[in-house]
Amino acid sequence: MRKIDIHEIIDVVKELCIDANYNIGGDIFCAFEEYSKKENSVIGKEVLEQLIDNSKIAKKKQMPICQDTGMAVVFLEIGQEVFIEGGDLNEAINEGVRRGYEEGYLRKSVVRDPFYRENTNDNTPAIIHYDIVKGNLIKITVAPKGFGSENMSRIYMLKPSDGIEGAKSAIIETIEASGANACPPMVVGVGIGGTFEKAAILAKKALLRPVGETSMIEYVKEMEEELLKKANGLGIGPQGLGGNTTVLGINVEVFPTHIAGLPVAINISCHVTRHSSKVI
Amino acid sequence: MDIKLTTPLTKEKVENLKSGDKVLITGVIYTLRDAGHKKMIEQINNGETLPIDMKDNIIYYVGPSPARPGQIIGSAGPTTSYRMDDYTPTLLDLGLKGMIGKGERNESVILSMKKNTSVYFAAVGGAAALISNTIKSCEIIAYEELGTESLKKLEVENFPVIVVIDCRGNNLYKTEREKYRT
Ligand code: SF4
Repeated sequence: MRKIDIHEIIDVVKELCIDANYNIGGDIFCAFEEYSKKENSVIGKEVLEQLIDNSKIAKKKQMPICQDTGMAVVFLEIGQEVFIEGGDLNEAINEGVRRGYEEGYLRKSVVRDPFYRENTNDNTPAIIHYDIVKGNLIKITVAPKGFGSENMSRIYMLKPSDGIEGAKSAIIETIEASGANACPPMVVGVGIGGTFEKAAILAKKALLRPVGETSMIEYVKEMEEELLKKANGLGIGPQGLGGNTTVLGINVEVFPTHIAGLPVAINISCHVTRHSSKVI
Repeated sequence: MDIKLTTPLTKEKVENLKSGDKVLITGVIYTLRDAGHKKMIEQINNGETLPIDMKDNIIYYVGPSPARPGQIIGSAGPTTSYRMDDYTPTLLDLGLKGMIGKGERNESVILSMKKNTSVYFAAVGGAAALISNTIKSCEIIAYEELGTESLKKLEVENFPVIVVIDCRGNNLYKTEREKYRT
């Protein structure tokens, strides 16, 4: 048994909230540079250049890349040989979020009830996903999620006979309908298989895979490449103002499912696809 | 060439703008988003006077991140506009001339824009730190209890936008997408 003090978790969550919101991922930054060279539309190219400048300013001034600093989605992979002492783990994660959003001057965007929309003023509660894994480490990932793009996400419960083609059309249809709303160029996370909620979580986790890194499964990799090409042929372009850079990456994760089903969840994310991790 | 535009945004100025124009706005604009719109429409329905006169004004759909000490405002990029669509025609009827946001508007907004000669601009979504540099002052005018969603008066200098839907209903999102579809 390895003991980990709860205060360490609070501090790490706090740091990760701030880091994810100020410092754009190297994968996204490289994608901006790569696509701005390939973009055919003049306005589109300018938008991509603005996004490059914006990320540089945010990093230099240590301020949020985007004002929508998101709802804090926190993933924990907890080694089964770890003993967490000193307090309540859920509360510790929320305390880390609370401190990160306050001390980092991040926007508080969470309301207490979906209908009676009073701001909680500290960006809690976080959305927390736990996985128990082997070993004696804890990996914490904070992925702040903006809702301009979250709102464009969809789940389809397809029939097995719809097959790969059905899944591909569902994905393209969702990207096309997102248009300018999701701040393209987008990053798209797709979860296929499992149950209704498993597909959605897979889609969210798919967004953690760096842009440009393909699936290890051959047919999934081919599917990702084909989808990326198709999506960038939709014409939507940077900010929906036309062009051939609509999507920077499409990450697909698959999972075993039921004989009767083919769930396909598509989590749309924007060019500010943020995630920051630390192992303790 | 970028068009320099100073506020107030009169009918004449709107008529000269066309879909696709790149514009740098200097002057006063107001911020308002979801909860602020809801509140304002309630005030209108109750016959109360509004905290600002809509005439020849521009509303920017934004909920900025908090300012650090010594900073004017935090990051301040546009939010998605369609969520304001149900409220917008009422404000356009009151003389609102311009809106800044991102994403499509519905048919009733576009009809009302044509009727009232108004314009819809897009700012670059997510370019929030860059946009923040063009904001020279920020003052809360009303709805302070809404936090980031309060009504704020901003003084801006060369605030970069692009005309997406002009007062004749031309829509850049539609025309440009077709050009690059393969
Ligand atoms: S969709 Fe992304 S880039 Fe656009 S406003 Fe939301 S968080 Fe920012």
